Amino acid sequence: MAVQSPTALGASSKRLVKDRLARWGVTTGGVAVLVALLLIFFYLLYVVEPIFRGVELEQQRQFSVPGTGQTVALGMEEQSEIGYRFSDTGELTYFALLPKPHMQAQTGQVLLQQQLTEVKPTAFTQTQPQNNRFAYALPGGKVQLVEAKFKTRFENGQRFTEPRINLVNDGELIQVDPAEQDLVQLAYEYDGDAMLFAAVTDSGRIIVNAFTASRNFLTGQVSLKSKFSELELSGPVKALSVTPDLRQVLVLQPSRLAIFDVSRSGVVTERQVLALDKRRFAEVTSMQLLAGASSIMLGHADGRITQWFEVTTDEGRRYRYIRDFQTAPKAAANAVIDIVPEYFRRTFYSISAQGELGVFHTTSEADLYFAKTAGVSAERAVVDPRANTLLVESGDQLHVFSLDNEHPEVTWSGLWQEVWYEGYPEPQYVWQSTSGSDDFEPKFSLVPISFGTIKAAAYAMLFAVPIGLAAAIYTAYFMSAPVRKIVKPTVEIMEALPTVILGFLAGLWLAPIAETHLPGIIATILLVPAAIILFALISSKLPKQVRNYLSDGRAALVLIPLVVLVGYFAFSMSPLVEQWLFDGNVRQYLTNELGITFDQRNSLVVGIAMGFAVIPTIFSIAEDAVFSVPKHLSNGSLALGATPWQTLSRVVLLTASPGIFSAVMMGLGRAVGETMIVLMATGNTPIMDWNIFEGMRTLSANIAVEMPESEVGSSHYRILFLAAFVLFVFTFAFNTLAELVRQRLRDKYSSM
Amino acid sequence: MKDWFKTGRPWIWLTAGAVSVSLIAVLGLLALIAWRGLSFFWPAEIHEIQVQASDGSTKTVIGELYDTEEVPMERLAESGIVLENYSEETLERWLLKVGNREYVPLDFMWIMEPQIVADAKPLDVAKIERSKNGNFYGYITDVLEQGESVFNSSPEQSELREELAQRIERVLDINDQAEDLQNSEIGAINYRLNQLRLERRALALKEQLTDSEEQRIAAEEAQLRADYKVLEEELFAMREEASRDSIVVRDMRGMDVTIPMYRVLDVTFPNDMGAIAKVGYFFSQIGNFVSENPREANTEGGVFPAIFGTVFMVLLMSVIVTPFGVVAAIYLHEYAGKNPVTRLIRIAVINLAGVPSIVYGVFGLGFFVYMVGGSLDQIFYPEALPSPTFGTPGVMWSAITLAILTLPVVIVSTEEGLSRIPSSLREGSLALGATKAETLWRIIIPMASPAIMTGLILAVARAAGEVAPLMLVGVVKSAPMLPVDGNFPYFHLDRKFMHLGFHIYDVGFQSPNVEAARPLVYATSFLLVTVIVGLNLTAISVRNHLREKYRSLEH
Repeated sequence: MAVQSPTALGASSKRLVKDRLARWGVTTGGVAVLVALLLIFFYLLYVVEPIFRGVELEQQRQFSVPGTGQTVALGMEEQSEIGYRFSDTGELTYFALLPKPHMQAQTGQVLLQQQLTEVKPTAFTQTQPQNNRFAYALPGGKVQLVEAKFKTRFENGQRFTEPRINLVNDGELIQVDPAEQDLVQLAYEYDGDAMLFAAVTDSGRIIVNAFTASRNFLTGQVSLKSKFSELELSGPVKALSVTPDLRQVLVLQPSRLAIFDVSRSGVVTERQVLALDKRRFAEVTSMQLLAGASSIMLGHADGRITQWFEVTTDEGRRYRYIRDFQTAPKAAANAVIDIVPEYFRRTFYSISAQGELGVFHTTSEADLYFAKTAGVSAERAVVDPRANTLLVESGDQLHVFSLDNEHPEVTWSGLWQEVWYEGYPEPQYVWQSTSGSDDFEPKFSLVPISFGTIKAAAYAMLFAVPIGLAAAIYTAYFMSAPVRKIVKPTVEIMEALPTVILGFLAGLWLAPIAETHLPGIIATILLVPAAIILFALISSKLPKQVRNYLSDGRAALVLIPLVVLVGYFAFSMSPLVEQWLFDGNVRQYLTNELGITFDQRNSLVVGIAMGFAVIPTIFSIAEDAVFSVPKHLSNGSLALGATPWQTLSRVVLLTASPGIFSAVMMGLGRAVGETMIVLMATGNTPIMDWNIFEGMRTLSANIAVEMPESEVGSSHYRILFLAAFVLFVFTFAFNTLAELVRQRLRDKYSSM
Repeated sequence: MKDWFKTGRPWIWLTAGAVSVSLIAVLGLLALIAWRGLSFFWPAEIHEIQVQASDGSTKTVIGELYDTEEVPMERLAESGIVLENYSEETLERWLLKVGNREYVPLDFMWIMEPQIVADAKPLDVAKIERSKNGNFYGYITDVLEQGESVFNSSPEQSELREELAQRIERVLDINDQAEDLQNSEIGAINYRLNQLRLERRALALKEQLTDSEEQRIAAEEAQLRADYKVLEEELFAMREEASRDSIVVRDMRGMDVTIPMYRVLDVTFPNDMGAIAKVGYFFSQIGNFVSENPREANTEGGVFPAIFGTVFMVLLMSVIVTPFGVVAAIYLHEYAGKNPVTRLIRIAVINLAGVPSIVYGVFGLGFFVYMVGGSLDQIFYPEALPSPTFGTPGVMWSAITLAILTLPVVIVSTEEGLSRIPSSLREGSLALGATKAETLWRIIIPMASPAIMTGLILAVARAAGEVAPLMLVGVVKSAPMLPVDGNFPYFHLDRKFMHLGFHIYDVGFQSPNVEAARPLVYATSFLLVTVIVGLNLTAISVRNHLREKYRSLEH
């Protein structure tokens, strides 16, 4: 039918304008709403995306190296405004990395300079970056300690940072070698007032000296107590290192790495000697402890960097080889001359003999970067505490690079594959996002929580699919219209029940019952079907009137008291069964005899509770599918002599199977995303085990638990968004599949 | 037998059994919640039990019977409890709520049934509800005023109760007044003072803080502080007045304990109540539950702020979701072309209803709270920074997040309503010369309004029960202030709020005394279920009614 245009019907222009406005308004409104819904997808993606970004380095500024002599150490303060440099002549120089108007300083200009030692030092060392102390060895086995400090003040809301030099121990020298020999190599760490030195003297002795401080109560004077020892180790020493907890000394020699324990009182004992087999490992060219000081990183002559940390073995905790990183192509023989750790993260930087700068992350095994940035041939590099600036020395020039490396700890393989974390006996899937300390190694494996999600959904489906589908089939196919009209909405009302209530009942009502009446629950699951079949057998022997009465769907109502009775029976005999079969305590029996861990809030409880949340979804869709199978199909089958059961199983179910499939998919989608039930009815421990008596942690519960405490923009925050994104895509895909199948089915029926 | 299996009858019976199990689950669940929730309000009788310990000594325990349990003896033996002269395999044990939290280590106590020597329900034993430390059970022996007994000789029970009732009423009155004063007037002064502080900051930021402005603000502050002093003195006077009386109670240890009257909320004698008194008590308890504030970390008292928060948030959400949902549905059904793209969009919208709610919460937190809220703070509330105004979870963000969550529900329901309207009606209207907009406005939308209502009701029902996303975007366990109060601008959409569903989670799982809080959680659950099931039933009946209506139109 062709509709005449309104103008032809004499509509006034005002009405036409209104019509057009309405069309325009509704269209924009409608499209805006749909776009807003799309926004969810893109926003999640937008938040997740940065974790997969690579490292970006950009040259900012360049200036010539201030001060005299050769550089032995570089450093930066937290805001990367001021840098400092220690030289081999014993000079400390602070210089501006940015123009600093209040100090009338241009980039690279010296802000403060001081000669720290009176004579030329014989050796130099620095602590781990976060401890921020430096030591010069002076002739006669003495050591001068210094700390590079900054003072920040605020004026009118503006921040001013100024450098300070702090000589530790009031500038007094510390006698490290009582024999007063010159030290040619030095390692130093401190913890509060305690200090630990390791050194090589010019006569080749390797000495360790542990200092403890005690404070005089009356005068307030600090006196140092020394515990000196000499290591029985010969041969040249390539590098020395001391752990920040002052408990270990590492001595690197050409073909081995010797590790010594230092007791609290300063007694040194050998712990382990790692043989560095020439065939396996090329010559070691550098050694460095990683942030957190659990890992030793060794740089090799062939451009390889190996990671070693302590692992629990039969002989106690031993250092062992864990993994390696290839900086340059192997054939290039591009030795690693320096390794620079970050302050808190497990990222480290490498300098190769040919001047390339490398960025790596140990946990995620990520080779993030390896190149000569902007053609700068790096000889020495340092990173600031916030890891967003690199200061690189090249020839007589210093280069400032901005560093964008927000999420090195996240890689696709790190999220989904086994990772060997520090201190773990073997590679594992672990989710442990936070801990008390700053230099904690975060463990972001999505596998345990994805596994938990699948486990919870699987147990729920195991429970819900048989009941939901069977109930749907009976309601749609065998029930008379009046009964169905009551039964269907009753079951569907459960879909509207807030899951927080189901979760609460599961956690505080069902879980204790399941714990004390475990045999009762198992018995109910077994006895109810048996009792129903028995009842059916009895009823088939009953007179015809009674049987007729039971048709039309009344059977379901008649069975209610039976099921209740059987359930009651099963529960009331539960303590007795427990007494007879399980020595009065199933829980203990499971743990002791069968070795099965039993949590009060376990998968059984989740399965039942979430099963009940999913039953109405499955029931509702499957019932619709079965009910809308055209009646002439089943009537035809019955007319040809098939029994009702044959008609159902060979005609009706076959025709409705796509709808049933979509019902199960929808149910699965709901089970996967359910939050409150799993949050409340499980212990939320991210373990990987199919054991029905243990809990799990699911993606959704994990988000609910950890999201409020994650720092905005951190890797943890973005990974939680990734978890949400995975959930979103997963359920959306399942639901779309189900919906498409359902719509096709509908078209098929309408053509029948 | 084999033949019988072949007929498929047993399988049909099994499917019937599945229906029964589903029905039992639904009805059983509702019955369980209703029973547990409502019995919380019913006055429980107080038992006075003589317990004989294994060493022969007896002690008295006074408390409400809370639960009984059948335990196998062996489990008791494992936990180190040995009962002599008892050889059954299981025994019954009673869980008593004994209250008196400050004098006993635990306010719940397990008692083995065989150890009970005597069990009585004396008429005079009183249950004293207090604003702190929970219930107290015992015999009231005296009423004190300024520490002196108000009776000349030892009083009769009836006399005592009468005196007590009068004095409690007086104290409650004073407490009410004091609370009113504190919340409305003193609250308003504090609010105003904070506003002034922000005003000064705002002016300073804009560099418009002239001396005259500064003086004006300072003068107003001084005035407010002076007002505050006066009110504070008034408040102290009231508190002084309230602490005049106290009660002496003999507890189960046989000791006399003095309880200050201002801590007492109610004194009842449950064992001495008739049926009518019990019913009255039951309803007054329900009334208190829905109208009072929670006490003692939410484990006692009412849930009024949670009800208010839920209702307010849901209303706000309805206001947002209805126009958008309806417009989107009209666009999809009336304006968008009938092509595969529209079909795809429709499927996408339906599927969004199946996306886990926590995903919406994550989206709401990241997008609304941090991104939009953070920007709003930068632009409109720079004076309050770094403490965020809208850049933190709040009731507005919760409402918007839930609006997006329920948008598919409204769209799907409205579209269904639109598609049920016979196209002959549209064509008739157009044929008579109406424009499309007029047809929509005058014919289609009024006819579809029940469907829109259904969609809205379903959306409200879903939103009221949703907890997971709210945990991220605005709900808190205890909000000091409601999102609506007497201070300009009256609606404080940036405030956090309490929610019934979250209340259940929080009190049931995060509270220090789960056992004591459990009945309250059941009661809250019952309240929430009643509201949601009621809303759903309404939606279903509206929908059925609608179907009937259009069935007649089609023919």
